[in-house]
Amino acid sequence: MSAARPAARGTRPPAGRWLREHLVLVLGLLVLLYTFVPIAVVVLMSFNEGTRNVYAFQSFTLDNWANVCEDQSMCDALWVSIRIGVLATLGATLLGTLAAFALVRHDFRGRSASNLLIFLPMAAPEIVLGSSLLALFVAAGFSGQLGFWTILIAHVMFCLSFVVVTVRSRLAGMDDSLEQAAMDLYATPAQTFWRVTLPLVFPGILGAALLSFSLSFDDFIVTNLNAGTELTFPMYVWGASQRGVPMQVNVIGTVMFVLSIAVVLVGELGSRRRSRALSR
Amino acid sequence: MAPPTTPTLAPPDAPPPSTDLADAEPDTGRKRGLTGYLLLLPAAVWLALFFVVPFYSLAATSLYDPSGSDFRGYEMTYAFGNYVDAVQEYWTPLLRALAYGAAATLICLVLGYVLAYAIAFRAGRWKNLMLVLVIAPFFTSFLLRTLSWKLILADDGYVVDTLQFLHLLGDDGRLLATPVAVVAGLAYNFLPFMVLPLYASIDKIDPRLIEASSDLYAHPAVGFLKVTWPLSLPGVVSGTLLTFIPAAGDYINAQLLGSPNQRVIGSVIQSQFTDAGDYPSAAALSMVLMVLIVALVLVYVRRAGTEELL
Repeated sequence: MSAARPAARGTRPPAGRWLREHLVLVLGLLVLLYTFVPIAVVVLMSFNEGTRNVYAFQSFTLDNWANVCEDQSMCDALWVSIRIGVLATLGATLLGTLAAFALVRHDFRGRSASNLLIFLPMAAPEIVLGSSLLALFVAAGFSGQLGFWTILIAHVMFCLSFVVVTVRSRLAGMDDSLEQAAMDLYATPAQTFWRVTLPLVFPGILGAALLSFSLSFDDFIVTNLNAGTELTFPMYVWGASQRGVPMQVNVIGTVMFVLSIAVVLVGELGSRRRSRALSR
Repeated sequence: MAPPTTPTLAPPDAPPPSTDLADAEPDTGRKRGLTGYLLLLPAAVWLALFFVVPFYSLAATSLYDPSGSDFRGYEMTYAFGNYVDAVQEYWTPLLRALAYGAAATLICLVLGYVLAYAIAFRAGRWKNLMLVLVIAPFFTSFLLRTLSWKLILADDGYVVDTLQFLHLLGDDGRLLATPVAVVAGLAYNFLPFMVLPLYASIDKIDPRLIEASSDLYAHPAVGFLKVTWPLSLPGVVSGTLLTFIPAAGDYINAQLLGSPNQRVIGSVIQSQFTDAGDYPSAAALSMVLMVLIVALVLVYVRRAGTEELL
């Protein structure tokens, strides 16, 4: 807030100035508030009495939380999504981090072509990504084997670019004087990497992994095209939305939201503490 | 590990690599040699196999004999007629999707600019918290958020009741199953894609420039138009692209919030692939969508005069 209150500089009456300065902030907060309205509905509905397709809050209950897996197929789908999410995150984070190091730290022919190759999947609409993968799987004779593994391949593919971009920006913005100091103090390249470089890049890698997991966990359009008979959580929700969504789905949504907020806050606190410790 | 090189005191890696178009300037402080290729190889192979090759398959599929099927197999007949048929039959969903995407992008730009500006210049020490809050909804399922809009905009919901009370909506007027609901849903879902790039470029603007304009007696509106807006243009361009491209391909909002009679191209492609099994026509539509988007993006970027962004 301190930035919003510069020393009064006399050209305008202070009241008008106050309004002008805070108007933008108030409008911004309103926009932010609006982005949370649907989340509030999800949280509220997770405590709602009723089975399916209720359009209003009936009465408070904890039943949905107590019997999350009442519809076993929902929890099965959730488990599929978690497994795919974890594996896709591991794969994409590993490949993407290596590539980010290559692009920032190394010089080779075809760097700009590689940058383009990594940028394009983020710029293509999901329906195009999904349908071209499906075209490949069909042409390669895999149309009968669509399922867990084809979904996983697709997820690693579209998470990869986001990992590269996230880790790359962390690496590019990093001051390399610490690494040089380590080398000057006769650390071997391996020691420098494990003791200095990796800890410094780690927040970027962690952020990329979180982003990957949420992209994978949430994806519907690409997954739906390449899933065969496998059912992920978003596909379950999509199917259920035609006949009425069970209230337990909102429990999962609430848990996801709370978990991700917690992870982000812990990360934020951690980096604050680190930077404070460094500046001491 | 990398071959040992004498540490150079080069400045920490000047521009972000995505923007440099020329290969390999000599003094970037980057290491040469094989390691770079080895590090890049796994990711490059993965993208080549599952992004580039599929694109070729898509192009090939779009030219198969349209009378083929999954069971009988397809024949490559260079049937360019697939494109003509597909566009003739589905030009309305195609244009509808682009129009929805454009409308949602415009709304996102207005809302996103206010929010990004507030975070960059007015949030003070709450900046980081507000940024986290911008991304936070993004971590809750896209489908669930869209389904909650369905509840919020429902025919007997508060929003419709209020609008009817204010006579902004007729007594039997509704929001669900209208283009208004679809555009609102899209604008909501893709807002973070607009806010983050906008914030990144507004945050770089030196506030002293804006102060200088007001010291020189520019009206705040003039100051905004002549200083802030032009300086934030890179963010505007990348934000609109990041919003428009996924919004134009999305069919979740149209299907959950829109009318079943007003389909968008994404939903046509999806059902042609999975329900109808008409791969050539679905692939042709997919190609048309991709080409249209790329063409629009190129024209737009050229007009905005910031080609170095791509």
